[in-house]
Amino acid sequence: MQQAAIEARDLSVTKGHTRALDIVSFRIEKGKVTGVIGPSGSGKTTLMRTVIGVQMPTNGSLKILGLHVGDPALRSKIGYQPQSPAVYGDLTTRQNVEYFAKIFGLGKAEVDAVLKQVDLTPQTNQLTSSLSGGQLARVSLAVALLGNAELLVLDEPTVGLDPVLRERLWALFNDLARQGRTLVISSHVMDEAERCQDILLLRDGKVLNSGAKIDLLQKSSTQSVEAAFLKLAGGSA
Amino acid sequence: MHLGLVLATTKRVLRQLSHDKRTLGLLFAVPIVLLGLLAWMYSDNDVMFDFIGPPLLGIFPFITMFLVTSITMQRERTGGTLERLLATRIGKLDILLGYAKAFGLLAIMQALLASLAAVYLYGLDVAGPLWALLAIALCDALLGAALGLFASAFARSEFQAVQFMPAIILPQLLLCGLLVPVSQLPDVLHVAANALPLTYAVEAMSLVAKHASLPNEFYQDVAVVLGFATVSIMLGAATLRRRSK
Repeated sequence: MQQAAIEARDLSVTKGHTRALDIVSFRIEKGKVTGVIGPSGSGKTTLMRTVIGVQMPTNGSLKILGLHVGDPALRSKIGYQPQSPAVYGDLTTRQNVEYFAKIFGLGKAEVDAVLKQVDLTPQTNQLTSSLSGGQLARVSLAVALLGNAELLVLDEPTVGLDPVLRERLWALFNDLARQGRTLVISSHVMDEAERCQDILLLRDGKVLNSGAKIDLLQKSSTQSVEAAFLKLAGGSA
Repeated sequence: MHLGLVLATTKRVLRQLSHDKRTLGLLFAVPIVLLGLLAWMYSDNDVMFDFIGPPLLGIFPFITMFLVTSITMQRERTGGTLERLLATRIGKLDILLGYAKAFGLLAIMQALLASLAAVYLYGLDVAGPLWALLAIALCDALLGAALGLFASAFARSEFQAVQFMPAIILPQLLLCGLLVPVSQLPDVLHVAANALPLTYAVEAMSLVAKHASLPNEFYQDVAVVLGFATVSIMLGAATLRRRSK
């Protein structure tokens, strides 16, 4: 069996008095777009933060690209876009990307390339505090795309984007997967799940299902991920 | 530590400030205006102006850098940029030293402008060399930045971060010898004053003001202030956790 991009066994994460992830086990395969799908509060962001190594697991094991989570060697292998934009509002688009590019040891050519990839070339010299929500999300995505990371962890990257741009970004995500990169994309919007090859369905900190989307639909005898989610969650399809 | 990443962080912080002209204006103009006010208040009493003026040149960067650092770091925490940075290969010290360097440069500029205004515009009498004033101002700025960084770890919002100013800075201002000489304080307060770094910073400034040739106590005071700043930066670094529980 090929080494998984992410492999969790009996993973639990407790934040304060809340168990955000409750003994979850799953595999995320390399070179695919995997959607982490679930309603708000289901544990998506906690899972993403745990994968990139900033949230400590309480129990269980989590291996990323064959290494234990938190291994310093992973820091240059993972690109991360948090749910909030997490860029500097008092810097221009280019200055933000340049700073993070410097951290990855990259130069001007790479900065220009990612700005083009996310369609922000016209806003390159604009302060990010003056950008729209969608543009801000794309600055954040540009930072995550720097450095050709093997694993891209994107927390709700297409929220608030107009349909045309959303389409373009999904084309980009699929392109990146075809190049061999692994994308883990969270969303609470079920129709986003239809665009993913593999699905990890979360609810109340537990995994309802993980694996190929086609297997999920067959297993649940449904036509859509939303219907499958409802069936697995105990509602009607 | 990676020097390139320290420099990148310094450049980023200075770029951020360069977009905020109002903050820069306040940073450089307020000390000059306040010193002018002081000179005006004591226009009939040169001795008092010469007594209070030099310590203030060290206190301004201390307070300013405490505020700027604690709020900036709080913004980094609440805005998610700190978490994002700590998920990359950048080291905690790269971030902290990058900040210290950027704010140190600003403090030198601030102290230089304030010192020039105090000496040449308001007639402050300083027997010692200008470089010594600037050196103390820089140490004070680093101390303020280090304490601000440490304090920001205990604040949940920028509003709370500002409240640490009266809690951490004001007691030092009251006890540093500016209002009542440290030797005349009640015993317990005397001990407390000797345990606080600003006391040594103010004493060093006063020594520069009085002595053309710097006495050994000046260097001892500088060493104590730098020691406090180093310990605070180490404590600050300990508050930056790559992984939250």
